[in-house]
Amino acid sequence: MWPAEFDYARPSSVAEALQLLADNEDAKLLAGGHSLLPAMKLRLNEAPLLIDISRIEGLGSISNNGSLTIGALCTHADIAASADVQASCSALATATGMVGDQQVRNWGTLGGNVAHADPASDPPTVLVAFNANINIEGASGGRSVAAADFFIDLFTVDLEPGEIITSIEIPAHPHEGCAYVKMPHPASRYAVVGICVVLHKDGDSCSGAHVAVGGATVRAMRSPGAEAALRGSSLDDAALDAAAAALKDDIANDLIGDMSFPEAYRQEMAGVYLKRAVRAAGG
Amino acid sequence: MKISVNVNGCTRESDVEARTLLVNYLRDELGLTGTKIGCDTSQCGACTVHMDGKALKSCTSLAVQADGCDVTTIEGLAHNGDLHPMQQSFWDNHGLQCGFCTPGMIMATTALLADNPNPDEDEIRHGLEGNLCRCTGYHNIVKAVAAVAQAGGD
Repeated sequence: MWPAEFDYARPSSVAEALQLLADNEDAKLLAGGHSLLPAMKLRLNEAPLLIDISRIEGLGSISNNGSLTIGALCTHADIAASADVQASCSALATATGMVGDQQVRNWGTLGGNVAHADPASDPPTVLVAFNANINIEGASGGRSVAAADFFIDLFTVDLEPGEIITSIEIPAHPHEGCAYVKMPHPASRYAVVGICVVLHKDGDSCSGAHVAVGGATVRAMRSPGAEAALRGSSLDDAALDAAAAALKDDIANDLIGDMSFPEAYRQEMAGVYLKRAVRAAGG
Repeated sequence: MKISVNVNGCTRESDVEARTLLVNYLRDELGLTGTKIGCDTSQCGACTVHMDGKALKSCTSLAVQADGCDVTTIEGLAHNGDLHPMQQSFWDNHGLQCGFCTPGMIMATTALLADNPNPDEDEIRHGLEGNLCRCTGYHNIVKAVAAVAQAGGD
């Protein structure tokens, strides 16, 4: 299958790319292309112009100055293999290492991944759990959006036409353990349910937790109920049962389902995988 | 659009439509039909090639994205009539039956060993998640890869 016809441009700077976007209303950005090109081949998406940003300098590195800054063009493979990511946000290394397969991870980028906002993708759940910020450039300057606000709905994000994601920033967030676990679809390996847990511990008790869920829901989202149930607990089975129940309540109005994995099943599995994630995070 | 791609060590100049997929460029423009089109939806891996040393599904990439890059296809692995160690190992371990997935399997597994020269069985199977085989059940493919790793890689 060939995509429908389009023009192609390859700018060498963000400024040049922004100008191309401004001059071409329905143009789309091409980075790794691993979300966009399959959609264009299936005629689920089209564009008169693809602006290939993949060779813009400076958008493909990972730096750690207290907070972790991941350039939008970093691939899943880059991130999974990064010592900085493994040290300060190991759940993101886990999640990016689970995206697609070797070939997809080599070329798919984090910027493209968050812009596409597939609800069954893995990285957004971790970014929401870690209070990441999405850094965006537009014609009128830059702005930064919290991941929890950036992901709005299925394939819908807070990104205006004419804007470019330049990096994803994960603020320093010292923690005693974190984990991302998922129930993969048996054929596609996309997340039927994905859970990220970040734990703060004081001895044997949990002094705080971040819990985010994806896959089961229209967007990656935090679960305040589960976090409250874990906070102050000894992370015993009763606390995990309470957290699982609270998580299921929190996502009740945001569930997605299909013929194979209906809403109620995903809701139930979210509770199961929350418990696994807490244990995997060392709780 | 004019592109220049180093394919298997030779610079190839072509004028292609922007929408030309890399796999179509390799097969139809250059006649390198060792790279297969299987699912055409980024799942089966039959179209796997290396671009700048990294495994890529060439059905999910545009020829224009390869402009200025190094691309290696299955035709580029053997040298002077000698099979690449991975090709020989697939033969020795009966890692193929119909052979349709084999070019993609070999390109994926040579890339896998370049990243991780000593993978255990789980890592080999994880590395092969992007390649589907409908004949052998994977077992002999895994054996073939493990044998190359054990022999010291490529």
